[in-house]
Parts: sequence; structure tokens; C-alpha cells
Amino acid sequence: MRDIRLAMRAGGGFGLGLSFFLIVVVLVPFGVGPQSALLSKIAPGILWLGALLACLLSLDRIFALDWEDGSLDLLATSPLPMEGIVSVKALAHWLTTGLPLVLVAPVLGVLLNLPEAGFLWLTLSLALGTPALSVIGTFGAALTVGLKRGGLLLSLLVLPLYVPTLIFGAEMARRGAEGFDITTPLLLLAGITCGTIALLPFASAAVLRVNLR
Amino acid sequence: MLTVTDLSIARGGIPVLEGLNLRLGAGQAMVLRGPNGIGKTTLLRTIAGLQPPLSGQVHVTPESLVYAGHADGIKPTLTVTENLNFWAQAFGNHDISAAIAAFALGPLAARPAGALSAGQKRRLGLARLLVTGRAIWVLDEPTVSLDTDAVAMFAAAVRAHLAQGGAALIATHIDLGLAEAQLLDVGPLRAKPLDIEDFDGAFL
Amino acid sequence: MSLNSLWEYANPKKFIQTTDRVLPWVAWSAALTLVVGLVWGFFFTPDDYRQGSTVKIIYLHVPAALMAINAWMMMLVTSLVWIVRRHHVSALAARAAAPVGMIMTVIALLTGAIWGQPMWGTWWAWDPRLTSFLILFLFYLGYIALWEAIENDDTAADLTSILCLVGSVFALLSRYAVNFWNQGLHQGASLSLDKEENVADVFWYPLLVAMAGFVLLFIALVLMRTRTEIRARRMRALLARERMGA
Repeated sequence: MRDIRLAMRAGGGFGLGLSFFLIVVVLVPFGVGPQSALLSKIAPGILWLGALLACLLSLDRIFALDWEDGSLDLLATSPLPMEGIVSVKALAHWLTTGLPLVLVAPVLGVLLNLPEAGFLWLTLSLALGTPALSVIGTFGAALTVGLKRGGLLLSLLVLPLYVPTLIFGAEMARRGAEGFDITTPLLLLAGITCGTIALLPFASAAVLRVNLR
Repeated sequence: MLTVTDLSIARGGIPVLEGLNLRLGAGQAMVLRGPNGIGKTTLLRTIAGLQPPLSGQVHVTPESLVYAGHADGIKPTLTVTENLNFWAQAFGNHDISAAIAAFALGPLAARPAGALSAGQKRRLGLARLLVTGRAIWVLDEPTVSLDTDAVAMFAAAVRAHLAQGGAALIATHIDLGLAEAQLLDVGPLRAKPLDIEDFDGAFL
Repeated sequence: MSLNSLWEYANPKKFIQTTDRVLPWVAWSAALTLVVGLVWGFFFTPDDYRQGSTVKIIYLHVPAALMAINAWMMMLVTSLVWIVRRHHVSALAARAAAPVGMIMTVIALLTGAIWGQPMWGTWWAWDPRLTSFLILFLFYLGYIALWEAIENDDTAADLTSILCLVGSVFALLSRYAVNFWNQGLHQGASLSLDKEENVADVFWYPLLVAMAGFVLLFIALVLMRTRTEIRARRMRALLARERMGA
């Protein structure tokens, strides 16, 4: 609750991820050329990658502010369980970063000539996958909280963990765009998201406790 | 309410204090003294359960304790009321009016906390203690950047808290005017370095 | 040996004393086995009728790949031991094994590229196995970077252990994901211990020796590095003690 209000009030974090997403998508045609056939082929992958990087951008803010002003210590001694705090943080991150990305992705899909059949599946795959990105990212943020130059390390730790989500998410979007059956990647993606939401907060909480001592 | 027996604590893997015993009953306050770097903050964090002790025990119900460290945990973009409301909710309470009154925060209630002075922020941080409804206050240098009026306000709040059967463990260098508080100087409890040949788990 | 006495080796002093005696033996037998395996493999096996002499890189490629994975397994086990029993040597052994495992991964990738060039006509292909090893390499990088970034040794041990556990799950997931993503051109496991379908005896025996050599080399390196880590850690503790004015 408070985190969402904070992220909104602090400005910055909210728009920054979206702008980054937009810029990545705009830059891609400059890099690969303007042929619409090529763009529409790589559109699902680019959109997924852009969303993933935009997600990554705001991860270090998850705990940094609370760490600096001492809130994290105080929260740790409050009646809220650490697992709950971590989950709420991940949820707040998703609502302020993941959800807007999901909503704006179809618009950017137009820029990349995404085939018409792909819009629904792209949005759906992002909606399914971005929560996992937030939860995994929260784990990474908990690992690096309090480190002076944690941002870069955070990316190094989190990106390999993003591999399965990216593969299944982008695969689902790609198959959707090309009109293939998407059941398998959809189920696997949903499985990863449910699994991470259910299990990873325990690891994040344990890591956060270690970092607070 | 709070019993500490034969406690040894470490900071960054190095023992700093050892053989520490203290008891704190309802209505009692204790002031910790000791030179900088002796480990007062580490001790308070250990008692608050943020950090495991090296050895010894801390007997306390974790649900009866609230900790306030050097930082106040105040969000600059939220107003004073919103800040207090958040902490009240986190501890399952709702009424913040008493806390606002005790630290004379009424005129500042609608102000964003970022616009407060250092002393005002500290008052807000201390008002947080009241909204938690916890019995044992563990406070680390609570009077930093407070003026004499505010220190008196704080002393009054502590006294009222003790009168309601609470307890307080305070690390501070200034005189709070709490005549009833016991004094504990942790200076003599500095950990002795271990024998250099004792080369086991802790490496020293 | 009872389990209890096994834990005694988790005492740093005891560990140093024991490895003082064991390490030369392990190191020399590693050197000997490696030389025998590699010389046998390189010079005393016939060329493959299809692949010519390029096949001989197998004596580096397969053992390195084997150890790249086993090193991570070992780190997983020692991390678990640290989390459960909090033996410092265990955490330090995990720390010591990581760079060795990473180098093994790099060797496997490089020899694979060198082998792949004449065989598949390309240095690199996004084949599931190659990709998995690349991802494994990234995991090693992150793990080592986290160790380096944290000053407090116990905190670092705790955090890296948890990262190793979580990372293992995700590494496994990535393996399946990558398989799903691209069914590749790499031959199936070219050997399994019970049945050597793809590899004839003449190649198989020197390969076994080379693998044993890599295992011994890995053990020797990890023991050596663990001893260094223990001493480095003791030095840091002594320095910290000095600073405390003791």
C-alpha cells in the first residue's frame, strides 16, 4: 500500500521504466533496418526483451530507499512477517513497473509491425511473465541491498535468473504471433510465475534478514 | 520483561562486548553509556533481534519490543500523518492522535515529512514509538538533533510510558532528566581479544 | 569413519593439518593421471574415420564439461552444509571451487568451439548444450561477483549460499527451457558410464583416465584454494583485531 503511494508520489520510478521501454523499442529499427517483414518477425522478442530490461532498471529502488532511511530495520521488528514485506514489495514493483509495461506493450507492438494475431498473446504473455520478473528481481534486490555499487551486481545476478521466464514468455508471444499453438509455453510460463511467487519470497526474506544484521 | 544473560556480541565478525547482564522490569528504564564504537548500537540491534548474539541469551517476547535506530524511517514524500498512520497500521493500531499530541506535531500534521527540520523529523520518529503500542522501547541515541524543549517532551513521553507499565532501554550521552533510570556503563565490558592460537570456527 | 569424526575436518586448523599431508599426494597423482590420460589420448589412439584427429580434443572437452557441472554440484553441497551446520571451511570451499568451476566451463566452451568449427562448420551455435554452458558461466560470474562484493565474510557466505541454492533451481529450469527453445545439433551424451554406445573402447579408456585426472586436478585445486582462503580469512581477522587496538 504505502509502497505504491510512494512510488507514485516520488514520480520518477513510474515513468522511467516506461520511457526506457519506449526508447529501446524505437532504437531497434535503427539497429536492424526498417524492413517491416524483419521487424514483425522479431517484434515479440524485442518487446519481451525491452520489458525485461525496463523491469531491471527499477529493481535497485525496491529496497534502497527503505534501507537508507532505516525503515527496513523498523519493518523487520514490526509484526509483519519478512516474507510478507518482501511479497508486498514485489507486488508494488509489479504494479508500478510491470503492469504499465504490459499495458503499453501492444502500442509499441504497432511500431514494430507485430502481426495482428500476436497482440493478444503478447499482452497475455507479458501479463503472465512480468510478475515473475518482479519477484525474481526482488530476490536480487534483497541480495544486494546496502551494497554501495549494487546496481551493476544486481543486473549480473538477476539476468541469468531471468533466462527461463524470457524463453517461455518470448516463445509464447512468438508462437502466438505466428499462429501456432501456445499451450505449452503458456503452461510453463504460468508454472514459473506461480512457482516463483510461492517459493522465492522465502529466499528473499532470508537474504534480507542476513543483510540487516 | 527483558532479561539479558551473559551476552556476547560481535560487529562485523569481531567480538565487541562480552559478559553482559541486564534486567528490565515493567516501569523501569535503563540508560546505556559508553564511549563511541564500544558496541552500544550492536547491543541494541541484538536485543531487538535484528542480529544474532555471539553467545548468551536475550529473553524477551519479540512482540513486545520496538526499536528505533539512528534513522527514523520517515518517507519524505508522505505527510506527517501518513507516516504515522503507516507505522500504526504496520503494528495493528489506528489511533495516532496521542502520539501527535505528545510530540506537539499538530501544527505539522499535514506537512510532507521532507519539509521538516532535522529536529522535527526526530520528533516524528519518536512519535512513531507511541503508535506502535509496544511495551519495551529500545532506543539508539533518541535525542540527536533535538532542542531542550523537545528533549523534555521526549523525557515526558518516556515517563508516561513507564507509568503505563512500559520499559525503555536507551543509549544516549545526554542527561534526559530521568532520575529513576538505572545507569549501565558498558565500557568495562569490552570484549577481550581471544588467544591467537585458538584457531577454530571463528578464526580467532 | 563415523559421521562425527568427519565433521572434525571442518575445523580450519585440522583441515590445514590434514591437507598438509594429503595435498602432495593428490596433486602428484592428478599430474600423473592427466599426463597419462592426455598422452594416451592424443598420441596412442587411432584417428576417427570421420572426424580425423580433431576427435582427440574430446580428452579435454568432455572432462572439463564434466567438472564444470560437478564443481557447481559441490558448491551446492558445501553451501547446504554451511547453511545447516555453519562450518566455515565448507563456505570457504564453495568460494574456492567457484573460479575453478568457471575455468572448467570456459575450457569446455572453448574446446567445444574449436571442435565445432571443423565438425559443424561454425565456432558457435545456439545449441541447447552450448547455451546451457554459457548460462552456467553467467551463474558462476554472478556467484563470484557476489562473494567479492561483500566485506563481511559470514554475510557473504550466507548470501552466496542462498544464491547458490536458488541459482541451482534456476539453472535446472534454464536447462529445460533451453532444450524446449531449440532442439539442437549436439550429439546426445557421447558417453554414459554403463554403456559406451558412441565411443569405442580404444577412445573410452584413455578418456576415463583423463576424466579421473580432471577430477583429481579439481580436488587438488580446490584443496589448495581452500587453504588459501582459510589463511586469507585468518589474516583479515588478525588485521581487524589489530585495528580494534587489541
